[in-house]
Amino acid sequence: MEKFNKLTSIVAPLDRANVDTDQIIPKQFLKRIERTGFGEFAFFDWRYLEDGVPNPDFILNEDRYQGANVLVGGRNFGSGSSREHAPWALKEMGFQAIIATSFADIFRNNCMQNGLLPVILSESEVDTIMARALRGSGYRVTVDLESQTVTDDQGLSASFDVDPFRKNSLLEGLDDVGITLSLGEAIDSFEKKRTARW
Amino acid sequence: MAKTMFEKIWEQHIVAEPEDQPALIYIDLHLVHEVTSPQAFEALRITNRKVRRPDLTISTVDHNLPTDDTRNEVIKDPIARVQVDTLRQNCEDTGVVLYDIDSEAQGIVHVIGPEQGYTQPGMTIVCGDSHTSTHGAFGSLAFGIGTSEVEHVLATQTLRQAKPKTMEIRFNGELKQGVTAKDMILAAIGKMGTAGGTGYVVEYTGGAIKKLDMAGRMTVCNMTIEAGARAGLIAPDDTTFDWMRGRKFVPKGDDFDAVVAEWRELASDDDAEYDELLEIDCDELEPYVSWGTNPGQVARVTDSVPSPDDYEDPADVSSAERALEYMGLSGGTAIEDIEIDRVFIGSCTNARIEDLRSASQIVKGHMIASTVRAQIMPGSTLTKLQAEKEGLDEIFKGAGFEWRESGCSMCLGMNPDILVPGERCASTSNRNFEGRQGKGGRTHLVSPEMAAAAAIEGHFVDVRDWDSE
Repeated sequence: MEKFNKLTSIVAPLDRANVDTDQIIPKQFLKRIERTGFGEFAFFDWRYLEDGVPNPDFILNEDRYQGANVLVGGRNFGSGSSREHAPWALKEMGFQAIIATSFADIFRNNCMQNGLLPVILSESEVDTIMARALRGSGYRVTVDLESQTVTDDQGLSASFDVDPFRKNSLLEGLDDVGITLSLGEAIDSFEKKRTARW
Repeated sequence: MAKTMFEKIWEQHIVAEPEDQPALIYIDLHLVHEVTSPQAFEALRITNRKVRRPDLTISTVDHNLPTDDTRNEVIKDPIARVQVDTLRQNCEDTGVVLYDIDSEAQGIVHVIGPEQGYTQPGMTIVCGDSHTSTHGAFGSLAFGIGTSEVEHVLATQTLRQAKPKTMEIRFNGELKQGVTAKDMILAAIGKMGTAGGTGYVVEYTGGAIKKLDMAGRMTVCNMTIEAGARAGLIAPDDTTFDWMRGRKFVPKGDDFDAVVAEWRELASDDDAEYDELLEIDCDELEPYVSWGTNPGQVARVTDSVPSPDDYEDPADVSSAERALEYMGLSGGTAIEDIEIDRVFIGSCTNARIEDLRSASQIVKGHMIASTVRAQIMPGSTLTKLQAEKEGLDEIFKGAGFEWRESGCSMCLGMNPDILVPGERCASTSNRNFEGRQGKGGRTHLVSPEMAAAAAIEGHFVDVRDWDSE
């Protein structure tokens, strides 16, 4: 799995609640059999006009947010479908961390599997980051997984929770399947008991 | 100590609980479809790993199949075709059974699992699809996963899971005639919001749940994910066992009696405690219609579309503003005055034989409005054949409905069945997100009965007042 450790980046704001995975990557782009090739279609219906030209009214199209690796969103980010194409698309669009007050469960798991760090902060902290990102340009935060903090140069210092197992997997870029296969004996003995019953 | 049904199933499936790691849970049944699996199989190939238990894995094609009469020809959309062909190849290579396009057992994965008797009480069931919660109607712990987790389950038959919290949603009282399971769950999501269940496993209880048939229970559990909870369970009882008896993969004879005795033990203990409780009075429920762009934005059929001013939370206000603009509605419009262009009766939420029977009762003796295009996509090929045996197809076709083949179809519009921009659809599906049924399409979630009545009148009507023939 791709590692995540620490990053300092411009913050792109998407001030909407309940951004669902149908918005992040619409269904017509789910037919690919690869994990790549989704980035240009992220937020497709919001991002492009009918003729395929970038929609100037969509905030993530603004010049000042180009190159951002951190996205700050509204509550319940990533609700809806289980499509892992959503984090794949966001990663390819350049994002490595998403900050919000809450995430949908399946989306959050999917992000963790792809080195895209979902960061849950309090409402006032997210509001602060959102307001600073919306104001002017070049607003940056540092997301540090090791210390579990988000900081900026205007005095913000916020900490977040992360499951210790997931944290370690992200820091080390570990292979989840490989870790589980190392517990093969436990799976074997569970299956023996199970077969006796079923 | 008293335990909930979820806790019993959870504990029975713990393979390992290494220190500082989420529990490793055994998966009894893995359902696979064409859209979320190719990258998982590919990853196994790259890492030279095998499918550990092809015998506990079943697959079908449902998401991107055409539902018209071109279905058995080559799929015209070349990318969709590659996806279906890739699943065929992956199943052939790994020994996973595939219910392909020409199989009677083909259908929406969450319809065929129960139909074939794969879905059984007490199981852990996963699928790369969020509506896997459907199977919880049988008292199984069933939830949707992403493609990396699909890979994990294929390789290990286990999943690493943090233990969720538990929530009881208790439906008291009795449903009035014309009010359905769909209305129960829409009402619950309206109350909780689309994130109210995040981090929880829900158990649905109460007299109104016990009275529901299995189709209704599946509808309720299916939409659990729309409230943010990954899994929703209902205790198995005689309704469950009667429905299951005789199905292909359900134990037979004495074995059935023995397993039923075990399944009865699954129900939550009387004094089991949940982390949260939500109570809903079914006597108060009416048919519901979603007006916005998430499944929590619902109104009673006798009510009006709300205004953004009706909300206090600024996020709810802006959410309502955006939704009304997208839906082309203004606050204060009576729900019954909303005119529709399309009707879709289908999806893993509401396309079972029972749903089609209910809708046909409304349709019988009527014609759809001249302004409406109405389609029915049965939940599975077997469902379609059963409906044809009962003559339901004739009722629908006679009324002007298109009678199609089974598949996910216009629930998510991955196949050619989509709305055009601005079209308004009464849909029995589960999500009314922007663009879900086609870019610019406007989705209103309703029960099959409400959808059928709207098809005939050209606008929403209170199905409780319907004069069935």
